[in-house]
Amino acid sequence: MTTSTKFLRALTFGIAAAGLLAAGPVHAKVEGDTIVIGSAISFTGKYSTEGIHAKNGYNLSVKRINEMGGVKVGGKTYRLKVVYYDDESTPARTAQLLERLIKQDGVKYFLGPYSSPTTIAAAPVIEKYKVPMIEAEGASRALFNKGYKYTFAVLSTSEQYLASAIALAAELAEKSGKKASDVKVAMVFENDAFSQDVRAGVVDDMKKYGMKAIIDDKMPTDLSDISATLTKVKALKPDVLVISGHTKGAATAARQLTELKISVPMIAMTHCEAAKVTKNYGKAANGYLCPTQWAETLSYSDKYFGSAANYNKLYNATYNQKGSVPYQAAQASAAVLVWKDAFERANTFDIEKVRDAISATDMKTFYGDIKFAPAGNNIAKPMVLRQIQDGVYNVVAPLKWASSKIDWPRK
Amino acid sequence: MLVNFSLLIQAPLLNVQLMLDGLFIGAIFALAAYGLALVWGVMNVKNLAQGEFVIMGGYIAWYMGTLGIHPILALPVAAVLMFGFGWVLYVTIIRRVIARDLFTSLLATFGIALVIQQALNLAFGPAVQSAHSGFEIRSFFDGMVTVADIKFVSFGLCVLLAGAVVLFMKRSRMGQAIRATAQDARAAKVMGIDTERVYAFTYSLNCAICGAAGVLVSMIWVIQPFYGVPHSIRAFVIVTAAGLGNLPGVILAGLGLGLAEQYSGFVLGAQFQQATVVGLLVIVLIWRQYLLIKHRQVVR
Repeated sequence: MTTSTKFLRALTFGIAAAGLLAAGPVHAKVEGDTIVIGSAISFTGKYSTEGIHAKNGYNLSVKRINEMGGVKVGGKTYRLKVVYYDDESTPARTAQLLERLIKQDGVKYFLGPYSSPTTIAAAPVIEKYKVPMIEAEGASRALFNKGYKYTFAVLSTSEQYLASAIALAAELAEKSGKKASDVKVAMVFENDAFSQDVRAGVVDDMKKYGMKAIIDDKMPTDLSDISATLTKVKALKPDVLVISGHTKGAATAARQLTELKISVPMIAMTHCEAAKVTKNYGKAANGYLCPTQWAETLSYSDKYFGSAANYNKLYNATYNQKGSVPYQAAQASAAVLVWKDAFERANTFDIEKVRDAISATDMKTFYGDIKFAPAGNNIAKPMVLRQIQDGVYNVVAPLKWASSKIDWPRK
Repeated sequence: MLVNFSLLIQAPLLNVQLMLDGLFIGAIFALAAYGLALVWGVMNVKNLAQGEFVIMGGYIAWYMGTLGIHPILALPVAAVLMFGFGWVLYVTIIRRVIARDLFTSLLATFGIALVIQQALNLAFGPAVQSAHSGFEIRSFFDGMVTVADIKFVSFGLCVLLAGAVVLFMKRSRMGQAIRATAQDARAAKVMGIDTERVYAFTYSLNCAICGAAGVLVSMIWVIQPFYGVPHSIRAFVIVTAAGLGNLPGVILAGLGLGLAEQYSGFVLGAQFQQATVVGLLVIVLIWRQYLLIKHRQVVR
């Protein structure tokens, strides 16, 4: 081997190594003056409606931040851009697409998919490659009890959904001279991860007040018929009825509560809006308590969108819509705001430093306060409880944000 | 569990509520199951797309409702449209798998089910929908028993439809041809029956019956593109329990299934509704096997 071939070989290796280093994920992924964020989210399949709401929320926030001067890191201004792939509402596909975004596309910053199952599939991949993800649509507590370090969620976790209804029932009972422990609770929950999380939250709160469950049924797998359980409700007359079974469970419950003329002083259920209970059941749906992550009537605000109501206006104007913006969109927008805030506080694109900055987030947004627990869940924002009053959703709890008084007992 | 059971004895009116709910929904199950029994018995095709046909019928009713037409009026429309759809499916797909083995027909109909689900999802989106009859809800015995008028109406329609199908099978030429083909397709062919046409008609009739059942389902329960599977399962359970070609059996099994779901839901909890039904099916099958063995011994 001559000296020149040795030299050539060394040179080739050197260049290759330098190339690898340059392409390597040290400060990824910033292209010129653009910070690229990736997301595998549902555009088709069963989550497509909500998936598209979430995408609209991400895009609106990105547009707003770019219009307001972008993200300032190290004295330079960057624009945000989101790269999407359609996960077809399938968790396995979400995981696959994230690997593709990380390994092939070199993306290192992420926004979450839509739904708990897809986010549960995404989190281990995020953890494996040690790249941070701020998610806005996965509420299952399975995301926050595994010690994940790179997954952060801006929304309230699922066990908080109906727990506030129990607290409210206790408060109302005490006001009317009864003991909180005398409150009888009937529970009907779908047998899936989300609803069982909701149930766990309810049960924890019931224990706190010493309440008893007189009915604790799970919905049948197809969620089409809970009339047998509701007949039991009719016979046993509980003080509170709590129901959670996604949209189909809510639609079935609203229909059968109406048909069986069930009258319980307090009925709380998730997914009222998605099941269109006010439109379909009119007066019969009055008095239902429905939890929500966010409502445009809340008094939160920030410098990007102004008040929650302003966000609602801007969203409707941008996407040519009317009425209340789905909370899925609002929380997606909030997740992008956290990214901007974290990049600026980290003042670098180093992945670990950015992760630490996200973890230290403590900010106020139009969507509510955001501050992460070590497990990554947002502990600063409560769930809001709204009651359907004359066909309109009015915030009744927590009291700090209540715009109306609760109708109790429900007529 | 015992508490719930004693509740039924203390308040006997609850039984009335459960029975009515069970019978009303059981009648709709029986309808869809009868369609399956026809296709299975005549063509030996195990149609896994049964539930999807039901959901399609539901969407027709819901869609007409959004146009301001009362969903009940969708019943004849759904039946006719679904009949046509069934004919197209037969000519394009079913005809080619009918003579093949069991798995080919299972796979083909499963494929049809998937395509229908996705097509409905593309056309109407994944949201849960329900059609609204706007009928009154009646209370009896001081509000202890309540029944929506739509349930009475749908029960009546079920009886009417079932009666019409029975008359059709007994009296009409086509009905006779279908029964002849079911007994022995080759002999029927030799006698000059156009079995190909009989098959096409049977499959289409099944689609029409399912479509009509779907219209009723959309007014009593809720529909969504992916909710066909439980309807398919119920139809299979009913037909398996009743036996092929046994119309009174299918009706009894359908109503029994409705009752069993309600009672098990009340006593054991709603999560056991389907488990009870499948458990009962196993018992029925074991009992039948036992009878068969006894029968064979006598013959020996």
